[in-house]
Amino acid sequence: MDNMTIIAVVSIITAGLTIALGSIGPALGEGRAVSTALTSLAQQPDASATITRTLFVGLAMIESIAIYCFVVSMILIFANPFWNHVIAGAAKVAGK
Amino acid sequence: MRLSPDQLIFWQHGFFKLNGTIVFTWGLMLVLAVGSKLITRNLSTDLKRSRWQNLLEIIVTGIEKQISDVGLKHPEKYIGFLGTLFLFVALAALCTVIPGYEPPTGSLSTTAALALCVFAAVPLFGIEEQGFLGYLASYMKPTIIMLPFNIISELSRTLALAVRLFGNMMSGAMIIAILLTITPFIFPIVMTLLGLLTGMVQAYIFSILAAVYIAAATRSRKPKPAPAPAI
Repeated sequence: MDNMTIIAVVSIITAGLTIALGSIGPALGEGRAVSTALTSLAQQPDASATITRTLFVGLAMIESIAIYCFVVSMILIFANPFWNHVIAGAAKVAGK
Repeated sequence: MRLSPDQLIFWQHGFFKLNGTIVFTWGLMLVLAVGSKLITRNLSTDLKRSRWQNLLEIIVTGIEKQISDVGLKHPEKYIGFLGTLFLFVALAALCTVIPGYEPPTGSLSTTAALALCVFAAVPLFGIEEQGFLGYLASYMKPTIIMLPFNIISELSRTLALAVRLFGNMMSGAMIIAILLTITPFIFPIVMTLLGLLTGMVQAYIFSILAAVYIAAATRSRKPKPAPAPAI
């Protein structure tokens, strides 16, 4: 297998694995956060505004981890610098 | 497959490029500035007021209440900055219903610029509230060993603000673009609705996080007087 094939295969597999493994942790964390928030809402319904706001802020912070994994996966697929470098090299060889 | 509106070039002359991000940002600025100017031309304080003035009052008092809930004592000092952040990001997400429009917050440049604004605003508000030495001293609380960690947390939460907003907006736009090539009719509409919801939530999150960071920087740490003992 030459360089181009190796880079393509590894990028594709890594992109898939990144988003697959990277979504497990945040999903579990968000589930626990929402469940605890629902428990506290049931115990103190008059604090619902504060609890809801804090829940959303916490969810956004947890979601950021999944977003980082998604961004890495997108970069690997669409803006991959190694792939672009190899393609540019192949185009130069073909054009010569 | 376009990753961001940066690659949509409207006009180019040598080095200067008018790409989609800049044009859509200008459009949003125009709508916000001209709209507000037109609505606030004849403000009335009695019960008979125009609907648009009512709408603006609802928005402004809502933001003010949220800012004071976060713990900032005088919301009118901060509502200019925080309100603008919220309105810009929310309008950028809301205009996705217009065909041909892509949210400029789907480009890392825009979100990095907004995050840098927050990064600059937090020390400015902190110094205005606590004085220069007082603000610098706050980095060494609770102990001086925390100084490098506090500095690192400043930088990392700015980066997190930028990447969080960028990731959410870009993923929404990209999912809609991918679905449009597969199932052109109903499913993209559902995903646009989901994108609108996440856009609004992200606008709220961005401004609330900025408010929380400013509140942390301006919190005065005078020791509370000991309560009188109960007899």
